Amino acid sequence: MGTVNDTALNKSDAAPEQPGAPSDRTATIAPAVRLADVAVRFRTKKKDVTALEEVSLDVARGEFVAIVGPSGCGKSTLLKLVAGLLAPSAGGVALGGEHVRGPRRDIGFVFQRAALLDWRSARRNILLQAEMRGLPAAGARARADELIRMTGLDGFEDAYPHELSGGMQQRVALCRALLHEPPVLLMDEPFGALDEPFGALDALTREQMNVELHRIWRETDTTVLLVTHSIPEAVYLADRVVVMSPRPGTVTEIIEVGLPREREYAATLASAEFRSATGRIRELLGAAGAHD
Amino acid sequence: MSQRVLSPTAPRKPAGVAERTRPSPRRRAVEAAEKSWRPLALLAACFGAWWVIAAAGWVESYLLPTPGATLDVLLEQPGYLWEHGWVTTYETLLGFLIAVGVGILSAVLMVYSSTVEKTLYPILLFAQVVPKIAIAPLFVVWLGFGIGPKVLIAVLIAFFPVVISMVTGLKAVDPEMLQLSATMGARPWQTFLKIRFPASLPHLFSGLKVAVTLAVTGAVVGEFVGANEGLGYVILQANGNLDTPMLFAGLLVMSLIGVVLFVLVEIAEKLLLPWHASRRDAAATTTL
Repeated sequence: MGTVNDTALNKSDAAPEQPGAPSDRTATIAPAVRLADVAVRFRTKKKDVTALEEVSLDVARGEFVAIVGPSGCGKSTLLKLVAGLLAPSAGGVALGGEHVRGPRRDIGFVFQRAALLDWRSARRNILLQAEMRGLPAAGARARADELIRMTGLDGFEDAYPHELSGGMQQRVALCRALLHEPPVLLMDEPFGALDEPFGALDALTREQMNVELHRIWRETDTTVLLVTHSIPEAVYLADRVVVMSPRPGTVTEIIEVGLPREREYAATLASAEFRSATGRIRELLGAAGAHD
Repeated sequence: MSQRVLSPTAPRKPAGVAERTRPSPRRRAVEAAEKSWRPLALLAACFGAWWVIAAAGWVESYLLPTPGATLDVLLEQPGYLWEHGWVTTYETLLGFLIAVGVGILSAVLMVYSSTVEKTLYPILLFAQVVPKIAIAPLFVVWLGFGIGPKVLIAVLIAFFPVVISMVTGLKAVDPEMLQLSATMGARPWQTFLKIRFPASLPHLFSGLKVAVTLAVTGAVVGEFVGANEGLGYVILQANGNLDTPMLFAGLLVMSLIGVVLFVLVEIAEKLLLPWHASRRDAAATTTL
């Protein structure tokens, strides 16, 4: 299986990896994330379910890619493949030019639910990342404080998860995912829970989170893969938006968003480019049907 | 120098953080009274009924002593009851602590190894189904009249709730938390110490509360079967002499030991898991 995957991965590589070549050199050539003809099948008692089929995607270093699609199209599965939390049934996944064979440490992962430890304060939840990795404590603490400032959590460092709003919990999760300055950030509907029960108030939080996330991304050279069900969110944040079809999930189309790197929120939403991109995605999802 | 001066470095609480204010002592007293007057009233009613029935002579006094007579025994022979009460407490605590240690260890092994689980679980279940009280005489034959059989029965009876609650707790951990741990490159022991074990503690403590009260029962049963000290012995002696006031006094002390141990476990829970207690209280008030 390994050889098949490697062949698939190197097929479109202009300069195939030299044996023994330094990995940091290949990392600059290879895309940050590469999915080559990936398929994922789950076996349930009644039948086999194909979650993903023939998915190929290259994400360049420092690029922001959003993935949208109907519920159950395997968007989250795709992120877990990249993180190495799940093995593909066919095809290959590479991260920074390296074949993904198991859980990867060189990523930051943000789940739909914040997944914080109840018994740790916001700061100590963020520092869990450093403790598990054995990073030097002083440096990690300084970095955590920097992230806390960046995400507007200052004053809440010592609050426990149950004392924080949903949006704040999600910011803590974001800080935790960024603490070790991962080259790749994977986010699975990170703000999806924010617009569930209380509409207007949390829509505002979501907007803030979008603006903050975009700023953080601009200020670092992180590659971001974001799964979302909000089309405006995808277009506002991403360089490219991957539109997926219902199960079995395949890539329907990849939309290039022609917006400038600096994006003022209100002006961006009012721009013609924004409207044409969101319109196009809506059309694609509408044609695919079953979008919520 | 007074420490109560408002220091300029006092952390400011921004709006949005749920206030963790300390209620004033007066407010707390009022809350405690509101919470406890109903059970206290019921208890008083039961004592009242006991007193009326016994004092009115509807039941012979050798069958049911008055509360006064029972109280007299408690006041006249405190040394005797204290001495035997301490023996029972000691056996109970020893049995409880061994049950907790062995229970936690078995739970961890069962959760981490399916082979251990498959081997141990049926035996555990069998051990739970065998009536421990029925095998108590056997332990006396094996281990003699010392504290051995009492502690062993207390261990056996308290062990099951500890194992079950700990296994449940360890298995209830959020799977996303474990995946996150994998992306952090955590070693299994790190995941256990920093995520799984702390996450299981709320479950464990609900098991410990059951276990500690059962341990008292275990120790007393052990004493019934063969002992020359302990509250079980006191009750058997009083029973033989038709000394019902002493019997009732023994029962009261025994219940008191159970209540005190239960409260101690609750206090330990509050101290060790403040995050859990406050969240649970918050949940309770919102559902009301």
